[in-house]
Amino acid sequence: MLLAETTPYAFTWNLVADVREMWSFPFMVNAFRAGAIVAVVAGAVGWFMVLRRQTFAGHTLSVVAFPGAALATLIGVSTAVGYLGACLLAAVVIAGLRESGRSGVAVESAATGTVQAFALACGFLFVTLYKGMLGGPQALLFGTFLGITTGQVALLTVVGAVVLTLLAAFGRPLLFASSDREVAAARGVPVRALGAGFLLLLGAATAEASQITGSLLVFALLVVPAATAQVLTARPVLGLALTVLLGLAACWLGLIAAFYQPYPLGFFVTTFAFAGYVLAQLTRAVRGAVGRVALPTGATS
Amino acid sequence: MITALSHPFFLHALLAGTAIALASGLVGYFLVLRAQTFTGDTLGHVAFTGAMAALAGGYDLRLGLFAATIGVALLLGALGRRGRPDDVVIGTLFSWILGLGTFFLTLYTTHRSSTQGNAGITVLFGSIYGLDATQTTTAVLIAAGITTAVLLLARPLLFASLDEAVAAARGVPATALGLGFLALAGACAAEVTQAVGSLLLLGLLAAPAGTAIRLTDRPYRALGLSAALAVLDLWAGLALSAQVPVLPPSFSIMAVTATCYAAAHLVGP
Repeated sequence: MLLAETTPYAFTWNLVADVREMWSFPFMVNAFRAGAIVAVVAGAVGWFMVLRRQTFAGHTLSVVAFPGAALATLIGVSTAVGYLGACLLAAVVIAGLRESGRSGVAVESAATGTVQAFALACGFLFVTLYKGMLGGPQALLFGTFLGITTGQVALLTVVGAVVLTLLAAFGRPLLFASSDREVAAARGVPVRALGAGFLLLLGAATAEASQITGSLLVFALLVVPAATAQVLTARPVLGLALTVLLGLAACWLGLIAAFYQPYPLGFFVTTFAFAGYVLAQLTRAVRGAVGRVALPTGATS
Repeated sequence: MITALSHPFFLHALLAGTAIALASGLVGYFLVLRAQTFTGDTLGHVAFTGAMAALAGGYDLRLGLFAATIGVALLLGALGRRGRPDDVVIGTLFSWILGLGTFFLTLYTTHRSSTQGNAGITVLFGSIYGLDATQTTTAVLIAAGITTAVLLLARPLLFASLDEAVAAARGVPATALGLGFLALAGACAAEVTQAVGSLLLLGLLAAPAGTAIRLTDRPYRALGLSAALAVLDLWAGLALSAQVPVLPPSFSIMAVTATCYAAAHLVGP
Protein backbone atom coordinates (compact mmCIF):
# COMPACT_ATOMS: atom_id res chain seq x y z
CA MET A 1 0.00 0.00 0.00
CA LEU A 2 2.70 2.47 0.89
CA LEU A 3 4.33 3.60 -2.26
CA ALA A 4 7.36 5.16 -0.67
CA GLU A 5 8.37 1.85 0.88
CA THR A 6 8.26 0.00 -2.40
CA THR A 7 9.77 2.62 -4.68
CA PRO A 8 13.16 4.19 -4.18
CA TYR A 9 12.05 7.50 -5.71
CA ALA A 10 12.82 10.71 -3.92
CA PHE A 11 11.69 14.22 -4.67
CA THR A 12 14.29 16.38 -6.36
CA TRP A 13 14.03 20.00 -7.41
CA ASN A 14 14.47 18.95 -11.02
CA LEU A 15 10.73 19.18 -11.62
CA VAL A 16 10.76 17.98 -15.22
CA ALA A 17 12.56 14.81 -14.23
CA ASP A 18 10.16 14.33 -11.32
CA VAL A 19 7.12 14.60 -13.54
CA ARG A 20 8.66 12.27 -16.12
CA GLU A 21 9.41 9.77 -13.36
CA MET A 22 5.86 9.93 -11.97
CA TRP A 23 4.24 9.69 -15.36
CA SER A 24 6.26 6.61 -16.24
CA PHE A 25 3.62 4.79 -14.18
CA PRO A 26 0.33 4.48 -16.09
CA PHE A 27 -1.66 4.58 -12.84
CA MET A 28 -0.10 7.95 -11.94
CA VAL A 29 -1.05 9.36 -15.36
CA ASN A 30 -4.59 8.12 -14.78
CA ALA A 31 -4.57 9.57 -11.29
CA PHE A 32 -3.56 13.00 -12.62
CA ARG A 33 -6.24 12.84 -15.34
CA ALA A 34 -8.94 11.72 -12.89
CA GLY A 35 -7.82 14.32 -10.36
CA ALA A 36 -8.11 17.08 -12.96
CA ILE A 37 -11.64 16.04 -13.99
CA VAL A 38 -12.80 15.69 -10.42
CA ALA A 39 -11.28 19.00 -9.33
CA VAL A 40 -12.93 20.91 -12.19
CA VAL A 41 -16.39 19.36 -11.73
CA ALA A 42 -16.35 19.51 -7.92
CA GLY A 43 -15.03 23.08 -8.02
CA ALA A 44 -17.73 24.35 -10.37
CA VAL A 45 -20.59 22.63 -8.54
CA GLY A 46 -19.07 23.48 -5.16
CA TRP A 47 -19.01 27.18 -6.00
CA PHE A 48 -22.78 27.13 -6.41
CA MET A 49 -23.14 25.00 -3.28
CA VAL A 50 -21.24 27.54 -1.19
CA LEU A 51 -23.23 30.38 -2.76
CA ARG A 52 -26.48 28.58 -1.85
CA ARG A 53 -25.18 27.78 1.66
CA GLN A 54 -26.00 24.09 1.18
CA THR A 55 -22.84 22.72 2.77
CA PHE A 56 -24.73 20.37 5.07
CA ALA A 57 -26.67 18.84 2.18
CA GLY A 58 -23.43 18.60 0.19
CA HIS A 59 -21.69 16.84 3.03
CA THR A 60 -24.58 14.40 3.43
CA LEU A 61 -24.55 13.60 -0.29
CA SER A 62 -20.82 12.97 -0.16
CA VAL A 63 -20.95 10.53 2.76
CA VAL A 64 -23.85 8.67 1.12
CA ALA A 65 -21.36 7.57 -1.53
CA PHE A 66 -19.87 5.19 1.03
CA PRO A 67 -22.89 2.85 1.45
CA GLY A 68 -23.40 2.96 -2.32
CA ALA A 69 -19.90 1.74 -3.01
CA ALA A 70 -20.07 -0.81 -0.18
CA LEU A 71 -23.33 -2.25 -1.53
CA ALA A 72 -21.89 -2.38 -5.04
CA THR A 73 -18.89 -4.33 -3.74
CA LEU A 74 -21.21 -6.66 -1.81
CA ILE A 75 -23.43 -7.56 -4.75
CA GLY A 76 -20.56 -7.53 -7.20
CA VAL A 77 -21.24 -4.63 -9.56
CA SER A 78 -18.89 -1.79 -10.45
CA THR A 79 -18.33 0.64 -7.57
CA ALA A 80 -18.78 3.57 -9.96
CA VAL A 81 -22.41 2.47 -10.43
CA GLY A 82 -22.82 2.26 -6.66
CA TYR A 83 -21.41 5.74 -6.11
CA LEU A 84 -23.64 7.33 -8.74
CA GLY A 85 -26.78 5.42 -7.78
CA ALA A 86 -26.49 6.17 -4.07
CA CYS A 87 -25.69 9.87 -4.50
CA LEU A 88 -28.48 10.50 -6.98
CA LEU A 89 -30.98 8.56 -4.83
CA ALA A 90 -29.98 10.55 -1.74
CA ALA A 91 -30.33 13.79 -3.70
CA VAL A 92 -33.90 12.82 -4.63
CA VAL A 93 -34.69 11.89 -0.99
CA ILE A 94 -33.29 15.15 0.40
CA ALA A 95 -35.07 17.21 -2.26
CA GLY A 96 -38.31 15.34 -1.45
CA LEU A 97 -37.93 15.95 2.28
CA ARG A 98 -37.34 19.64 1.59
CA GLU A 99 -40.46 19.87 -0.56
CA SER A 100 -42.76 18.30 2.02
CA GLY A 101 -41.10 19.92 5.05
CA ARG A 102 -43.62 22.39 6.45
CA SER A 103 -41.37 24.42 8.69
CA GLY A 104 -38.01 26.05 9.05
CA VAL A 105 -34.36 25.28 8.89
CA ALA A 106 -34.25 23.32 12.15
CA VAL A 107 -36.52 20.44 11.09
CA GLU A 108 -34.96 20.36 7.64
CA SER A 109 -31.44 19.92 8.99
CA ALA A 110 -32.63 17.22 11.39
CA ALA A 111 -34.02 15.37 8.37
CA THR A 112 -30.74 15.72 6.48
CA GLY A 113 -28.80 14.52 9.52
CA THR A 114 -31.04 11.49 9.92
CA VAL A 115 -30.62 10.53 6.27
CA GLN A 116 -26.85 10.85 6.61
CA ALA A 117 -26.53 8.76 9.77
CA PHE A 118 -28.81 6.04 8.45
CA ALA A 119 -26.95 5.87 5.14
CA LEU A 120 -23.60 5.53 6.92
CA ALA A 121 -25.04 2.83 9.16
CA CYS A 122 -26.19 0.93 6.06
CA GLY A 123 -22.69 1.25 4.65
CA PHE A 124 -21.27 -0.20 7.85
CA LEU A 125 -23.74 -3.11 7.63
CA PHE A 126 -22.72 -3.86 4.03
CA VAL A 127 -19.04 -3.77 4.95
CA THR A 128 -19.70 -6.13 7.87
CA LEU A 129 -21.64 -8.52 5.64
CA TYR A 130 -18.87 -8.50 3.06
CA LYS A 131 -16.16 -10.14 5.15
CA GLY A 132 -13.52 -10.35 2.43
CA MET A 133 -12.93 -6.60 2.24
CA LEU A 134 -9.94 -6.31 4.59
CA GLY A 135 -8.96 -2.68 4.86
CA GLY A 136 -11.60 -2.02 2.21
CA PRO A 137 -13.80 0.33 4.19
CA GLN A 138 -10.87 2.64 4.71
CA ALA A 139 -10.19 2.81 0.97
CA LEU A 140 -13.87 3.64 0.40
CA LEU A 141 -13.90 6.26 3.15
CA PHE A 142 -10.53 7.89 2.60
CA GLY A 143 -9.88 7.18 -1.05
CA THR A 144 -7.06 5.74 -3.03
CA PHE A 145 -5.34 6.93 -6.15
CA LEU A 146 -3.66 3.62 -6.86
CA GLY A 147 -5.19 1.52 -9.56
CA ILE A 148 -7.45 4.00 -11.32
CA THR A 149 -8.12 2.38 -14.69
CA THR A 150 -8.45 4.06 -18.08
CA GLY A 151 -12.09 2.90 -18.16
CA GLN A 152 -12.78 4.74 -14.92
CA VAL A 153 -11.22 7.89 -16.34
CA ALA A 154 -13.47 7.60 -19.40
CA LEU A 155 -16.57 7.23 -17.19
CA LEU A 156 -15.48 10.21 -15.08
CA THR A 157 -15.04 12.27 -18.25
CA VAL A 158 -18.53 11.42 -19.54
CA VAL A 159 -20.33 12.10 -16.25
CA GLY A 160 -18.25 15.25 -15.68
CA ALA A 161 -19.06 16.56 -19.16
CA VAL A 162 -22.81 15.98 -18.59
CA VAL A 163 -22.70 17.76 -15.22
CA LEU A 164 -20.75 20.73 -16.60
CA THR A 165 -23.02 21.05 -19.65
CA LEU A 166 -26.15 21.09 -17.49
CA LEU A 167 -24.52 23.55 -15.12
CA ALA A 168 -23.61 25.83 -18.04
CA ALA A 169 -27.13 25.56 -19.46
CA PHE A 170 -28.85 26.44 -16.18
CA GLY A 171 -26.05 28.58 -14.76
CA ARG A 172 -27.73 31.97 -15.22
CA PRO A 173 -31.15 31.20 -13.68
CA LEU A 174 -29.43 29.15 -10.97
CA LEU A 175 -27.15 32.08 -10.10
CA PHE A 176 -30.19 34.38 -9.98
CA ALA A 177 -32.19 31.95 -7.82
CA SER A 178 -29.21 31.36 -5.52
CA SER A 179 -28.38 35.00 -4.88
CA ASP A 180 -31.94 36.31 -4.49
CA ARG A 181 -34.55 33.61 -4.16
CA GLU A 182 -37.61 35.82 -3.63
CA VAL A 183 -36.94 38.19 -6.51
CA ALA A 184 -36.11 35.30 -8.82
CA ALA A 185 -39.35 33.53 -7.88
CA ALA A 186 -41.31 36.74 -8.47
CA ARG A 187 -39.71 37.08 -11.90
CA GLY A 188 -40.98 33.63 -12.84
CA VAL A 189 -37.78 31.59 -12.33
CA PRO A 190 -38.80 28.03 -11.24
CA VAL A 191 -36.86 28.24 -7.97
CA ARG A 192 -37.97 24.90 -6.52
CA ALA A 193 -37.29 22.88 -9.66
CA LEU A 194 -33.87 24.54 -9.97
CA GLY A 195 -33.10 23.70 -6.33
CA ALA A 196 -34.00 20.03 -6.83
CA GLY A 197 -32.08 19.89 -10.10
CA PHE A 198 -29.04 21.41 -8.45
CA LEU A 199 -29.14 18.77 -5.70
CA LEU A 200 -29.02 16.10 -8.44
CA LEU A 201 -25.99 17.77 -10.04
CA LEU A 202 -24.36 17.98 -6.60
CA GLY A 203 -25.04 14.26 -6.16
CA ALA A 204 -23.40 13.41 -9.48
CA ALA A 205 -20.38 15.61 -8.70
CA THR A 206 -19.88 14.07 -5.26
CA ALA A 207 -20.19 10.58 -6.74
CA GLU A 208 -17.39 11.49 -9.16
CA ALA A 209 -15.11 12.95 -6.58
CA SER A 210 -15.70 10.12 -4.07
CA GLN A 211 -13.88 7.71 -6.35
CA ILE A 212 -10.64 9.62 -5.90
CA THR A 213 -10.71 11.19 -2.46
CA GLY A 214 -13.02 8.73 -0.69
CA SER A 215 -16.43 9.68 0.51
CA LEU A 216 -15.29 11.43 3.69
CA LEU A 217 -12.92 13.85 1.97
CA VAL A 218 -14.92 14.81 -1.12
CA PHE A 219 -16.28 17.59 0.91
CA ALA A 220 -12.82 19.18 0.94
CA LEU A 221 -12.77 19.47 -2.86
CA LEU A 222 -16.36 20.75 -2.90
CA VAL A 223 -16.23 23.38 -0.22
CA VAL A 224 -12.69 24.60 0.41
CA PRO A 225 -11.68 25.94 -3.06
CA ALA A 226 -15.10 27.57 -3.43
CA ALA A 227 -14.93 29.13 0.02
CA THR A 228 -11.41 30.43 -0.76
CA ALA A 229 -12.55 31.96 -4.04
CA GLN A 230 -15.52 33.64 -2.40
CA VAL A 231 -13.23 35.19 0.20
CA LEU A 232 -11.12 36.66 -2.62
CA THR A 233 -13.77 37.81 -5.09
CA ALA A 234 -17.53 38.25 -5.32
CA ARG A 235 -17.61 38.29 -9.14
CA PRO A 236 -19.19 35.08 -10.46
CA VAL A 237 -17.06 34.30 -13.53
CA LEU A 238 -13.76 35.18 -11.87
CA GLY A 239 -14.82 33.28 -8.74
CA LEU A 240 -15.72 30.15 -10.71
CA ALA A 241 -12.42 30.22 -12.60
CA LEU A 242 -10.48 30.75 -9.37
CA THR A 243 -12.33 27.87 -7.69
CA VAL A 244 -11.48 25.46 -10.48
CA LEU A 245 -7.83 26.57 -10.50
CA LEU A 246 -7.50 26.25 -6.72
CA GLY A 247 -9.12 22.80 -6.75
CA LEU A 248 -6.83 21.64 -9.51
CA ALA A 249 -3.74 22.97 -7.75
CA ALA A 250 -4.68 21.30 -4.44
CA CYS A 251 -5.44 18.01 -6.17
CA TRP A 252 -2.26 17.84 -8.26
CA LEU A 253 0.04 19.07 -5.50
CA GLY A 254 -1.60 16.49 -3.25
CA LEU A 255 -0.92 13.75 -5.80
CA ILE A 256 2.72 14.76 -6.10
CA ALA A 257 3.17 14.85 -2.33
CA ALA A 258 1.38 11.53 -1.87
CA PHE A 259 3.65 9.94 -4.49
CA TYR A 260 6.78 10.87 -2.58
CA GLN A 261 5.51 10.60 0.99
CA PRO A 262 4.02 7.60 2.80
CA TYR A 263 0.97 9.53 4.02
CA PRO A 264 -2.51 9.40 2.49
CA LEU A 265 -3.61 11.51 -0.47
CA GLY A 266 -6.62 12.89 1.39
CA PHE A 267 -4.41 14.40 4.06
CA PHE A 268 -2.31 16.29 1.50
CA VAL A 269 -5.25 17.48 -0.59
CA THR A 270 -7.15 18.81 2.43
CA THR A 271 -4.02 20.40 3.87
CA PHE A 272 -3.09 22.23 0.66
CA ALA A 273 -6.68 23.37 0.15
CA PHE A 274 -6.97 24.55 3.73
CA ALA A 275 -3.62 26.36 3.54
CA GLY A 276 -4.98 28.23 0.51
CA TYR A 277 -8.07 29.20 2.48
CA VAL A 278 -6.03 30.49 5.44
CA LEU A 279 -3.78 32.47 3.06
CA ALA A 280 -6.85 34.00 1.41
CA GLN A 281 -8.29 35.02 4.77
CA LEU A 282 -4.93 36.52 5.80
CA THR A 283 -4.68 38.40 2.50
CA ARG A 284 -8.11 39.86 3.03
CA ALA A 285 -7.31 40.80 6.62
CA VAL A 286 -4.05 42.51 5.57
CA ARG A 287 -5.79 44.25 2.67
CA GLY A 288 -8.51 45.44 5.04
CA ALA A 289 -5.94 46.74 7.54
CA VAL A 290 -3.98 48.52 4.80
CA GLY A 291 -7.22 50.00 3.53
CA ARG A 292 -8.10 51.32 6.97
CA VAL A 293 -4.66 52.87 7.37
CA ALA A 294 -4.64 54.34 3.86
CA LEU A 295 -8.11 55.82 4.00
CA PRO A 296 -7.64 58.41 6.80
CA THR A 297 -4.33 59.66 5.39
CA GLY A 298 -5.98 59.99 2.00
CA ALA A 299 -8.83 61.92 3.57
CA THR A 300 -6.59 64.38 5.43
CA SER A 301 -4.32 65.21 2.53
CA MET B 1 -33.32 -11.52 25.43
CA ILE B 2 -32.90 -13.35 28.77
CA THR B 3 -29.80 -15.14 27.49
CA ALA B 4 -28.39 -11.90 26.11
CA LEU B 5 -28.80 -10.23 29.50
CA SER B 6 -26.64 -12.88 31.14
CA HIS B 7 -23.58 -11.74 29.18
CA PRO B 8 -21.63 -9.02 30.98
CA PHE B 9 -20.75 -7.23 27.74
CA PHE B 10 -24.44 -6.88 26.92
CA LEU B 11 -25.20 -5.52 30.40
CA HIS B 12 -22.39 -2.99 30.05
CA ALA B 13 -23.71 -1.95 26.65
CA LEU B 14 -27.22 -1.57 28.05
CA LEU B 15 -26.07 0.48 31.06
CA ALA B 16 -23.68 2.77 29.21
CA GLY B 17 -26.00 3.02 26.23
CA THR B 18 -28.98 4.09 28.33
CA ALA B 19 -27.03 6.86 30.05
CA ILE B 20 -25.45 8.03 26.78
CA ALA B 21 -28.78 8.00 24.91
CA LEU B 22 -30.46 10.01 27.67
CA ALA B 23 -27.75 12.68 27.49
CA SER B 24 -27.74 12.75 23.69
CA GLY B 25 -31.52 13.03 23.48
CA LEU B 26 -31.44 16.12 25.70
CA VAL B 27 -28.43 17.74 24.01
CA GLY B 28 -29.77 16.80 20.57
CA TYR B 29 -33.06 18.58 21.18
CA PHE B 30 -31.28 21.88 21.78
CA LEU B 31 -28.91 21.21 18.88
CA VAL B 32 -31.86 20.85 16.49
CA LEU B 33 -33.77 23.72 18.06
CA ARG B 34 -30.78 26.04 17.64
CA ALA B 35 -30.28 24.80 14.03
CA GLN B 36 -26.78 23.59 14.92
CA THR B 37 -27.10 20.10 13.46
CA PHE B 38 -24.15 20.73 11.18
CA THR B 39 -22.06 21.58 14.25
CA GLY B 40 -23.00 18.16 15.65
CA ASP B 41 -21.89 16.60 12.38
CA THR B 42 -18.57 18.46 12.63
CA LEU B 43 -18.03 17.30 16.21
CA GLY B 44 -18.42 13.70 15.07
CA HIS B 45 -15.61 14.05 12.56
CA VAL B 46 -13.44 15.91 15.03
CA ALA B 47 -13.96 13.05 17.47
CA PHE B 48 -12.39 10.69 14.93
CA THR B 49 -9.32 12.88 14.53
CA GLY B 50 -8.97 13.30 18.29
CA ALA B 51 -9.20 9.59 18.96
CA MET B 52 -6.69 8.79 16.21
CA ALA B 53 -4.26 11.45 17.43
CA ALA B 54 -4.44 10.02 20.95
CA LEU B 55 -3.87 6.48 19.68
CA ALA B 56 -0.98 7.57 17.46
CA GLY B 57 0.59 9.39 20.40
CA GLY B 58 0.07 6.40 22.67
CA TYR B 59 -2.53 7.90 24.99
CA ASP B 60 -5.96 6.72 26.08
CA LEU B 61 -8.40 7.08 23.21
CA ARG B 62 -10.99 8.82 25.37
CA LEU B 63 -8.57 11.57 26.35
CA GLY B 64 -8.21 12.51 22.69
CA LEU B 65 -11.95 12.27 22.12
CA PHE B 66 -12.93 14.67 24.87
CA ALA B 67 -10.03 17.10 24.31
CA ALA B 68 -10.74 17.36 20.56
CA THR B 69 -14.52 17.65 20.69
CA ILE B 70 -14.72 20.13 23.56
CA GLY B 71 -11.79 22.15 22.16
CA VAL B 72 -13.26 22.43 18.67
CA ALA B 73 -16.74 23.12 20.04
CA LEU B 74 -15.34 26.09 21.98
CA LEU B 75 -13.32 27.21 18.93
CA LEU B 76 -16.47 27.20 16.78
CA GLY B 77 -18.24 29.16 19.49
CA ALA B 78 -15.46 31.75 19.61
CA LEU B 79 -15.45 32.09 15.79
CA GLY B 80 -19.23 32.36 15.94
CA ARG B 81 -19.43 35.50 17.99
CA ARG B 82 -16.73 37.50 16.28
CA GLY B 83 -17.05 36.87 12.56
CA ARG B 84 -20.42 35.08 12.34
CA PRO B 85 -18.92 32.05 10.61
CA ASP B 86 -21.60 30.15 8.77
CA ASP B 87 -21.67 26.56 7.66
CA VAL B 88 -19.07 27.29 4.99
CA VAL B 89 -16.39 28.24 7.51
CA ILE B 90 -17.29 25.26 9.70
CA GLY B 91 -17.17 22.99 6.65
CA THR B 92 -13.77 24.30 5.55
CA LEU B 93 -12.32 23.80 9.01
CA PHE B 94 -13.67 20.32 9.51
CA SER B 95 -12.69 18.94 6.13
CA TRP B 96 -9.11 19.79 7.04
CA ILE B 97 -9.48 18.29 10.51
CA LEU B 98 -10.76 15.10 8.90
CA GLY B 99 -7.74 15.12 6.58
CA LEU B 100 -5.54 15.32 9.68
CA GLY B 101 -7.49 12.35 11.01
CA THR B 102 -6.45 10.19 8.06
CA PHE B 103 -2.86 11.31 8.65
CA PHE B 104 -3.00 10.11 12.27
CA LEU B 105 -4.73 6.92 11.16
CA THR B 106 -1.85 6.15 8.80
CA LEU B 107 0.69 7.11 11.44
CA TYR B 108 -1.02 4.79 13.92
CA THR B 109 -1.42 1.81 11.61
CA THR B 110 2.15 2.02 10.29
CA HIS B 111 4.03 2.73 13.51
CA ARG B 112 1.99 0.74 16.01
CA SER B 113 1.09 -2.06 13.70
CA SER B 114 0.57 -4.72 16.37
CA THR B 115 -3.13 -3.95 16.59
CA GLN B 116 -3.56 -3.11 12.87
CA GLY B 117 -6.19 -0.98 11.18
CA ASN B 118 -9.31 -2.05 13.06
CA ALA B 119 -9.00 0.83 15.52
CA GLY B 120 -10.05 3.28 12.81
CA ILE B 121 -13.20 1.34 12.02
CA THR B 122 -14.00 0.99 15.74
CA VAL B 123 -13.83 4.74 16.25
CA LEU B 124 -15.82 5.48 13.09
CA PHE B 125 -18.63 3.00 13.65
CA GLY B 126 -18.47 2.34 17.38
CA SER B 127 -18.22 -0.86 19.40
CA ILE B 128 -20.80 -0.67 22.16
CA TYR B 129 -20.25 -4.36 22.97
CA GLY B 130 -16.56 -3.67 23.54
CA LEU B 131 -17.00 -1.56 26.70
CA ASP B 132 -15.52 -3.05 29.86
CA ALA B 133 -16.65 -2.40 33.45
CA THR B 134 -14.48 0.65 34.16
CA GLN B 135 -15.24 2.22 30.78
CA THR B 136 -18.95 1.70 31.46
CA THR B 137 -18.68 3.36 34.88
CA THR B 138 -16.86 6.38 33.42
CA ALA B 139 -19.30 6.68 30.53
CA VAL B 140 -22.32 6.52 32.87
CA LEU B 141 -20.84 9.10 35.25
CA ILE B 142 -19.98 11.57 32.47
CA ALA B 143 -23.38 11.08 30.82
CA ALA B 144 -25.06 11.74 34.17
CA GLY B 145 -23.02 14.93 34.50
CA ILE B 146 -24.07 16.11 31.02
CA THR B 147 -27.72 15.26 31.73
CA THR B 148 -27.69 17.20 35.01
CA ALA B 149 -26.02 20.21 33.40
CA VAL B 150 -28.50 20.32 30.50
CA LEU B 151 -31.47 20.00 32.86
CA LEU B 152 -30.13 22.80 35.08
CA LEU B 153 -29.56 25.06 32.05
CA ALA B 154 -32.76 24.01 30.27
CA ARG B 155 -34.92 27.01 31.15
CA PRO B 156 -32.56 29.88 30.25
CA LEU B 157 -31.16 27.90 27.31
CA LEU B 158 -34.64 27.37 25.91
CA PHE B 159 -35.36 31.08 26.25
CA ALA B 160 -32.06 32.03 24.59
CA SER B 161 -32.57 29.48 21.79
CA LEU B 162 -36.11 30.54 20.92
CA ASP B 163 -35.58 34.30 21.05
CA GLU B 164 -31.99 35.36 21.58
CA ALA B 165 -32.56 39.11 21.39
CA VAL B 166 -35.39 39.19 23.94
CA ALA B 167 -33.50 36.79 26.21
CA ALA B 168 -30.42 39.03 26.11
CA ALA B 169 -32.56 42.07 26.84
CA ARG B 170 -34.06 40.29 29.86
CA GLY B 171 -30.56 39.71 31.26
CA VAL B 172 -29.99 36.10 30.17
CA PRO B 173 -26.26 35.72 29.33
CA ALA B 174 -27.03 34.36 25.85
CA THR B 175 -23.47 34.18 24.49
CA ALA B 176 -22.07 32.51 27.60
CA LEU B 177 -24.96 30.05 27.50
CA GLY B 178 -24.30 29.33 23.82
CA LEU B 179 -20.63 28.66 24.54
CA GLY B 180 -21.45 26.47 27.54
CA PHE B 181 -23.95 24.53 25.47
CA LEU B 182 -21.36 23.95 22.75
CA ALA B 183 -18.95 22.56 25.35
CA LEU B 184 -21.71 20.22 26.58
CA ALA B 185 -22.44 19.18 22.99
CA GLY B 186 -18.73 18.43 22.52
CA ALA B 187 -18.62 16.26 25.64
CA CYS B 188 -21.81 14.54 24.51
CA ALA B 189 -20.35 13.85 21.06
CA ALA B 190 -17.31 12.22 22.68
CA GLU B 191 -19.66 10.05 24.76
CA VAL B 192 -21.82 8.98 21.85
CA THR B 193 -18.71 8.10 19.83
CA GLN B 194 -18.02 5.33 22.33
CA ALA B 195 -21.48 3.88 21.72
CA VAL B 196 -22.24 4.17 18.02
CA GLY B 197 -19.07 5.69 16.59
CA SER B 198 -18.13 9.12 15.36
CA LEU B 199 -19.82 8.81 11.97
CA LEU B 200 -23.16 7.69 13.36
CA LEU B 201 -23.46 9.95 16.39
CA LEU B 202 -25.46 12.44 14.38
CA GLY B 203 -28.26 9.87 14.17
CA LEU B 204 -28.58 9.61 17.93
CA LEU B 205 -28.36 13.40 18.32
CA ALA B 206 -30.60 14.60 15.50
CA ALA B 207 -33.15 11.87 14.79
CA PRO B 208 -34.92 11.55 18.19
CA ALA B 209 -34.98 15.35 18.52
CA GLY B 210 -36.32 15.77 14.99
CA THR B 211 -39.00 13.16 15.69
CA ALA B 212 -40.01 14.87 18.95
CA ILE B 213 -40.23 18.30 17.30
CA ARG B 214 -42.45 16.86 14.59
CA LEU B 215 -44.80 15.31 17.15
CA THR B 216 -45.27 18.23 19.54
CA ASP B 217 -44.83 21.99 19.54
CA ARG B 218 -44.53 22.36 23.32
CA PRO B 219 -40.86 22.77 24.29
CA TYR B 220 -40.66 20.82 27.59
CA ARG B 221 -42.79 18.00 26.24
CA ALA B 222 -40.56 17.83 23.14
CA LEU B 223 -37.42 17.83 25.34
CA GLY B 224 -38.72 14.93 27.42
CA LEU B 225 -39.99 13.07 24.37
CA SER B 226 -36.62 13.47 22.64
CA ALA B 227 -34.77 11.95 25.62
CA ALA B 228 -37.31 9.14 25.98
CA LEU B 229 -37.20 8.35 22.27
CA ALA B 230 -33.40 8.24 22.26
CA VAL B 231 -33.36 5.74 25.15
CA LEU B 232 -36.14 3.62 23.60
CA ASP B 233 -34.38 3.65 20.22
CA LEU B 234 -31.21 2.42 21.86
CA TRP B 235 -32.99 -0.36 23.76
CA ALA B 236 -34.85 -1.47 20.65
CA GLY B 237 -31.63 -1.37 18.65
CA LEU B 238 -29.75 -3.50 21.19
CA ALA B 239 -32.65 -5.96 21.35
CA LEU B 240 -32.74 -6.17 17.57
CA SER B 241 -29.03 -6.88 17.31
CA ALA B 242 -29.34 -9.50 20.07
CA GLN B 243 -32.13 -11.28 18.15
CA VAL B 244 -30.45 -10.97 14.74
CA PRO B 245 -26.73 -11.40 15.42
CA VAL B 246 -25.71 -10.58 11.85
CA LEU B 247 -26.70 -6.94 12.41
CA PRO B 248 -24.02 -4.83 14.10
CA PRO B 249 -25.49 -2.90 17.08
CA SER B 250 -24.60 0.49 15.57
CA PHE B 251 -26.60 -0.35 12.48
CA SER B 252 -29.66 -1.62 14.32
CA ILE B 253 -29.75 1.46 16.60
CA MET B 254 -29.56 3.74 13.55
CA ALA B 255 -32.20 1.68 11.74
CA VAL B 256 -34.62 2.06 14.66
CA THR B 257 -34.03 5.82 15.01
CA ALA B 258 -34.44 6.39 11.27
CA THR B 259 -37.63 4.28 11.21
CA CYS B 260 -39.10 6.32 14.09
CA TYR B 261 -38.23 9.53 12.29
CA ALA B 262 -39.77 8.33 9.03
CA ALA B 263 -42.91 7.21 10.88
CA ALA B 264 -43.26 10.62 12.56
CA HIS B 265 -42.74 12.23 9.18
CA LEU B 266 -45.61 10.22 7.69
CA VAL B 267 -48.13 10.52 10.53
CA GLY B 268 -47.11 14.02 11.66
CA PRO B 269 -49.29 17.03 10.91
